[in-house]
Amino acid sequence: MSDNNEFTFSPQLVAFIKEWKTKPGNLIMVLHRVQQEQGYISREAADQVASLLDVPLATIWGVVSFYHFFKLTKPGEHNIQVCMGTACYLKGAQAIIDELDKQLHLPVGAVTEDGIFSLEAVRCVGCCGLAPVMTVGGEVFGKVTKDQVAGIIAKFR
Amino acid sequence: MAFRNYILVCGGTACESSRADQIYQNLLEECKAQGVADEVQVVKTGCFGFCEQGPIVKILPEDSFYVKVKPEDAKELISEHVIKGREVTRLLYDKESSRKHAKVEDIKFYQKQFRIVLRNCGFIDPENIDEYIAREGYQALEKALFEMTSEDIIEELKTAGLRGRGGAGFPTWMKWNFSRQVANDTKYVVCNADEGDPGAYMDRSTLEGDPHSVLEAMTICGKTIGAHRGFIYIRAEYPLAIHRLEIAMKQAREYGLLGENILGSGFDFDIEIRLGAGAFVCGEETALLQSLEGKRGMPQPRPPFPAVKGLWGKPTVINNVETWANIPVIITKGGNWFNKIGTADSKGTKVFALTGKIRNSGLVEVPMGTTLREIIYDIGGGIAHDKKFKAVQTGGPSGGVITDESLDTPIDFGSLIRIGSMMGSGGMIVMDEDDCIVDVAKFYLNFSVDESCGKCAPCRIGGRSLCNILEKITVGNGTLQDLDTLESIGEAMKKGSLCALGQTTPNPVLSSIKHFKEEYLAHIVDKSCPSGTCKKLITYSINAEKCIGCTACARKCPVAAISGERKQVHIIDQSICIKCGVCMETCKFGAVEIH
Repeated sequence: MSDNNEFTFSPQLVAFIKEWKTKPGNLIMVLHRVQQEQGYISREAADQVASLLDVPLATIWGVVSFYHFFKLTKPGEHNIQVCMGTACYLKGAQAIIDELDKQLHLPVGAVTEDGIFSLEAVRCVGCCGLAPVMTVGGEVFGKVTKDQVAGIIAKFR
Repeated sequence: MAFRNYILVCGGTACESSRADQIYQNLLEECKAQGVADEVQVVKTGCFGFCEQGPIVKILPEDSFYVKVKPEDAKELISEHVIKGREVTRLLYDKESSRKHAKVEDIKFYQKQFRIVLRNCGFIDPENIDEYIAREGYQALEKALFEMTSEDIIEELKTAGLRGRGGAGFPTWMKWNFSRQVANDTKYVVCNADEGDPGAYMDRSTLEGDPHSVLEAMTICGKTIGAHRGFIYIRAEYPLAIHRLEIAMKQAREYGLLGENILGSGFDFDIEIRLGAGAFVCGEETALLQSLEGKRGMPQPRPPFPAVKGLWGKPTVINNVETWANIPVIITKGGNWFNKIGTADSKGTKVFALTGKIRNSGLVEVPMGTTLREIIYDIGGGIAHDKKFKAVQTGGPSGGVITDESLDTPIDFGSLIRIGSMMGSGGMIVMDEDDCIVDVAKFYLNFSVDESCGKCAPCRIGGRSLCNILEKITVGNGTLQDLDTLESIGEAMKKGSLCALGQTTPNPVLSSIKHFKEEYLAHIVDKSCPSGTCKKLITYSINAEKCIGCTACARKCPVAAISGERKQVHIIDQSICIKCGVCMETCKFGAVEIH
C-alpha cells in the first residue's frame, strides 16, 4: 500500500487507544475512532492498532473485514451514499445509482479519478419517509429523482 | 402554562434532514426579533412519526399541526400565529378532506394509534431530563428501588404479559427471571439498538425522542437481576441517537438517577454505549454479545442462553429498545393496566415503520390486534398515486408477504406467523402493482446473503443458491424445476441453520411462491415480467401510429439503437438496446411502449 512514509496517529488518537487498552471488548470502539480520524482503516493503521493494543494483526483484520462499516480504501473527499433499504429500493434507488455512474463514471465502491467523490450503496439510513434518499458528505437529500442527481453533485464540485 | 405558546419542532432524523434545525433556529431568532422571546418556548422534540409530511411544527395550546414547514416560514408563524392569534392556514395539514385539519386529534393518521412506547416522542425535549421527569419519568425507578422487591417486579411483568419486541416475542419476565435466579456477582444488562432491518427505524426514533425511558428501564432491570453494569449496543449509523443518549446519561448521572448510590438507595448501576459496525447478524443476541466483546459477530449455539451465560460468560439480559421503553409504564401503571391492551396472545402495542408505496409513510404505534387493513388504509391513507395494493411485507428480510385476503387479520405475534410472515422488529413495507414480487424476493435474498456471517453451511451455501436461482429466473433462464429447488433448499435452511438469520432467510422466497406463483410462472414460462421491472424480460418498441419522427429518442439513446429519418417512424434495434428506458422518458407522444 502507498503513503506509508511517516505514518502516525494523532496524539489524541493514541491517548484514546491507551485509555481503552485495558477495557474488555475495546477493539471495535478503537477502530471506529481510527476510521473517524483517518477516513478508513489502512494496513498501516491496522499495524499501529495491533502494536498499541498488543493484539495480533490477524484479529484486527478479521474484525475489520467482517463489519461493513469499516472501510479498507480511502474514500473520496465527498462520500456519496445511496440508501438501498427496502423503501428506497422500491422507490427507485437503483436508478439513482445508475445515474451517478453515468454522470461521474463512478460504480458502487469506487472513487473518482480526481478523488473528489466516492460512492457507497448503504443499508437503511432510517429516513424511509423521504425515500429514495442519498447523502453527500453527511448531508441528506430526500425524495431524489434521477433528474436532480446532476444538480446535487454540482453543489459539491 | 407558564408560556403563552409552546412551539414543538420535530427533531427526528428525517425532519432534521429537511432542515428542521434551521427552522428551530429561525423560530428562536424570530421570537427575539418580534419581541416575544419571553412568552414563547421553542422546543426541539423527538419524532412525531408523520414523516411523510415533515418537517413538522406543532404549536400549543391551540394544538395547531403545521406540515412541510420551511425555515423561511418561521417569521410568519411568529407574526401571525403567536402575535395575532391567526393560524397560518397554508401550512396546516389539509390533505384528507376539504376541511382544514388543525388539531392533532382530527388527523386520521393519529386516530387509531395508541402510544405507550412513543408516549414522549414529539412531546418533550429529549435533551432535557426535566421534561422527561415532568411526564412521570423516573417514577418507575423510584418505585422499583424503594417499594418493590425483585420478585414484585418480575411478577408485575408477568401480569403485564410483555413479550420481547425484537422479533421472537419471548416473554420478558422469563428472561429476567432466568438471570435473577443465577447466583453470580457479575451480571449485565444490554440494550439491543442494532436496528438492522432495512426499512425500519422504530428504535432509532425512540432513542432520539425519549432516551431516558430506556436508561430508566435498564436500571430497573439491573436492580431486579442484581446487575451493576449495562451496555447499549447501537448502530454507528445513528449519530443523533448516540448524541442524545450521551446527553441523557450525563444528565441522569447529575441527578443521581444513574451511577453510584442511585437516589440514595445504595444501588449502583451505570451504562456505557458501544457502537455496532454494520452487521445485520448482530441483531441476533449471541452474535451481538460477540461483537460487544470486540470480536466478529458470529452467533453461538444456544443453550446456554445469554440470560444464564452471556457477555464474558456472565448472566446477561438483552432486550430490544422497544421492549425497554414499555417497562417504566408497566411499573408505574401496573401490569393489569398493560394486560388489558392487545390480544390474548400479545399484550400492549407495537410500533411499525410504515413505508414503501403508502400515502402516509411514518412511524405508527397501534394496540396489538389492530388489523393490517386499518394500518394501511386508515392510518397510512392507502396506496400512493391511487395504484393497486399488491402485498405488504412485515418482518423485513426475515418475514413474508401478506396479500389482500389476509389484511383483516388482527395482528399479533401468533397471527402473523399463521399467515406466513412474522412480527419481526416492526418494518412494514407496502408494495403496489408496479413492484415485481420476484425482484423483491431477490432484493431480500441479496441482503440476507450479504449479511450471512458464513459460519454454518445451510445459511452460507443455501442462501447463495437461492439467490442464484432467483437471478436466473429474473433474466429469463428459469425452469419449472427451479421452483421445486427453491422450496427444498428453503425448507432445509429453515431446519438446518444455526441462528434466526439463516432460518428466516428463505421466508421472502417461500411466502412469495405461495401467494404469487403465477408471477413466478410468468417469468419462467412466458419469459415476461408482468410489472415491467426485470429488464432482461422487457422490450421497448415504438408505436408506429404515435411516432411523429421528431428524432428526440434517437438523439438521447446512449447506444444508438434507434434509427429513423426525420418525420419518419423510428425503430429500435433490439439487438443493440440496453433497455435503459431513456427513449420512453424522452418521448412526449407516448409512442415508446413496454412489453
